Amino acid sequence: MSLIVSVRGLRYTFDDGTEALRGIDFDLEAGQAIALLGPNGSGKTTFGLHLNGILKGKGTVVIDGLPVEERNLRQIRQIVGVVFQDSENQLFMPTVLEDVAFGLLAAGHGREAAESRAREALAETGMLHKENKAPWHLSAGEKRRAAIAGILAMDPKLLVLDEPTTFLDPPGQRELVQLLARLPQAKILITHDTAFARQLTDEAVFFQEGMIVARGPIEAVTAEYGW
Amino acid sequence: MRHARVERWSRGTSSIHSYHPVARILATGVLLVTIATLGPGSSTACALYFTLLAGTALLAGLPLLELLVSATVVLPFALCFAVISALSGDSEQAAMLLARGYLSALAALLLMATTPLPSLFSGLETLRVPRFLLLVMQFLYRYLIVLAGEAGTMRDAAKSRGGGARSIEFRQAAGAAGVLFARSFARAEAIHRAMLSRGFSGHMPASEGRPFASSDGAFLLLAAGTAIIIRVNAA
Amino acid sequence: MHIPDGFLKFPVWAAMDAVAIPVVGVVAWRAQRNFQDNRVPLMGVMGAFIFAAQMINFPVGSGTSGHLVGAALLSFTLGPAAAAIVMTAILAIQALVFQDGGVLALGANVFNMALAGVAAGYLPWLLFGGRQVGIFLGAALSLLVSAFLALAELMISGVPMPVPVLAVSVGLFLVSAVMEGAITLVVVQAIERIQPGFLRRPAASHRKILAFGALAATVFAVTAAIFVSETPDGIVSVLRRAGVSAPSVGLFHSPVADYQLDSAMAPWLSRSLAGLAGLVIVYVVCLVIARMITASRPVPRREGA
Repeated sequence: MSLIVSVRGLRYTFDDGTEALRGIDFDLEAGQAIALLGPNGSGKTTFGLHLNGILKGKGTVVIDGLPVEERNLRQIRQIVGVVFQDSENQLFMPTVLEDVAFGLLAAGHGREAAESRAREALAETGMLHKENKAPWHLSAGEKRRAAIAGILAMDPKLLVLDEPTTFLDPPGQRELVQLLARLPQAKILITHDTAFARQLTDEAVFFQEGMIVARGPIEAVTAEYGW
Repeated sequence: MRHARVERWSRGTSSIHSYHPVARILATGVLLVTIATLGPGSSTACALYFTLLAGTALLAGLPLLELLVSATVVLPFALCFAVISALSGDSEQAAMLLARGYLSALAALLLMATTPLPSLFSGLETLRVPRFLLLVMQFLYRYLIVLAGEAGTMRDAAKSRGGGARSIEFRQAAGAAGVLFARSFARAEAIHRAMLSRGFSGHMPASEGRPFASSDGAFLLLAAGTAIIIRVNAA
Repeated sequence: MHIPDGFLKFPVWAAMDAVAIPVVGVVAWRAQRNFQDNRVPLMGVMGAFIFAAQMINFPVGSGTSGHLVGAALLSFTLGPAAAAIVMTAILAIQALVFQDGGVLALGANVFNMALAGVAAGYLPWLLFGGRQVGIFLGAALSLLVSAFLALAELMISGVPMPVPVLAVSVGLFLVSAVMEGAITLVVVQAIERIQPGFLRRPAASHRKILAFGALAATVFAVTAAIFVSETPDGIVSVLRRAGVSAPSVGLFHSPVADYQLDSAMAPWLSRSLAGLAGLVIVYVVCLVIARMITASRPVPRREGA
């Protein structure tokens, strides 16, 4: 099995001097899913933003054999799809279809090709019937699925999902689990919702004060840290 | 909210809605110019313009009464100056200020009620309005609703905790505005990150409208022609 | 004060469009060249912030309250060029989506608030190096300049302004200006407490140019204010002396069209032709500028993480 993510000695300090990441080593094999657990402010989201080069710390991050460096960013951002916690920030185009097509158009695809690929991605997430809607007409669950469609349209190999269950009602959460379970991509689930994570993976790492302090089966990790 | 209703109208499927946005924008422009140059005592022309606008609204399948009421937002301002005019002994000018102000607002509203914002923007882009400005407008409109919601929540939260002395309330309002400002900045940063994550490299994809057909030209000619004929006969 | 359509005379709104549109075009072009689209989300969201912040009421005693207008605040935090674009976007959205302010009058409103208002707000900020007095004066001056310009444009257009109305208007403007100054000052203080570093202290090298531009706008505004304080007849005679064929007050009774192309033509024809010609001129000017912009735009690619 090949590694989709390989991180060594990753450190990151915020402008105000806070050490957010203090030496992270992390590997993930292609097609595998893993949950990132840990208290608020322990560095989970900051870590996620290093995987596609939005943040740049010290240490090495290699995605699918490509080091995360300026010259590889274009390719890496196609490989890594980040679904942000607040879909509102991700759906910035006027209509759902235009938003899903955004990444494809930015990558230089023609409009027709981009829109037909966008429609496929919308169909995959069950959102095709809302393609002409403006994002603020969608429910929280629909917003999340539209945001995921925008990521899937890029054919990523790795999905980084930051608190994907926030704002979702129980049916919305179930639909999200069903959708994610169907997708073949490797998944990093940044979440406090262990019940949700368990439905998609058995494995977890635990973040504490900028370090990974445990890795193993979700039950063992949560038991050890009283989660 | 007002914009939500206008937006719902704009998603209609009538023939008026289906013409090229550039045709509707130009027709509205001609209409606005002819109305703005109406002289005194043009009550017949005003009535004809009103009929033209109302008729188009009906053709577009819009709820006429709601539309007419919506356009009255301009009246407080117009009335204020109309009253001054009337008091200065010029009741004819007073009437014209009211009529021109109202008809112009109605014309602009009709454009918005038949043109979804994205296609209005693409039409304006065709007419060479700077893309950068249109993009800022697009983001502004997109996040207007989100931030207004945040401001509303903060206002409710402040109300729920009761108020103190006036001077303290003034400071509280400033604090709320400051928090909203910082949150808006953070949100802009988050949006930018989401854009970068999806391969944004400094250029927004250009929108692509359909070509201008001869039926669009015919509509423009008819609408603008009618407006000009009314104007000509009013003189 | 957002001027609706139907209040300004053709020469006034057309002239304001002809001034405002190229200026906004050039500023937008420079913004696009300097930041590409990287600052688009920030500028759009800050425009939305101004809308939302206007929902916050600032109590000012006896049951009344005011709200932030924001042109000066934007110029302190985004810089004057970005602030001008954001204000233009706000005014355009207000005119189009909310019918608040006219479409033909957009040039006038943009000139008053997005250009002169921002410049006038930025001048004291420059002069006082971002001290409190500069913040207060900037915001107050910004509002005063915008309001006086709007009033002057209405008067030149022949909207009657009897002396008592003028006096009341000027009084209201002064009160609003003091309020805008106070509100902007406390909001800036709150922002600095929440998270320092949002305010953009002007670069020394730009100070002279910007100060000059702002000064020019202020002089213009003061001149306009002087017009306003004169009797309406005074305005007309001054303009006549200056060779401007301004409409006289009570113009609607005048048998002769105020902006004829040719006195031999029927008044309706000259009026409509003048109106349409004006629109065409405005459009051509914009088109030429747009061409210049697109022709000279080999935009360098830049990653903006």
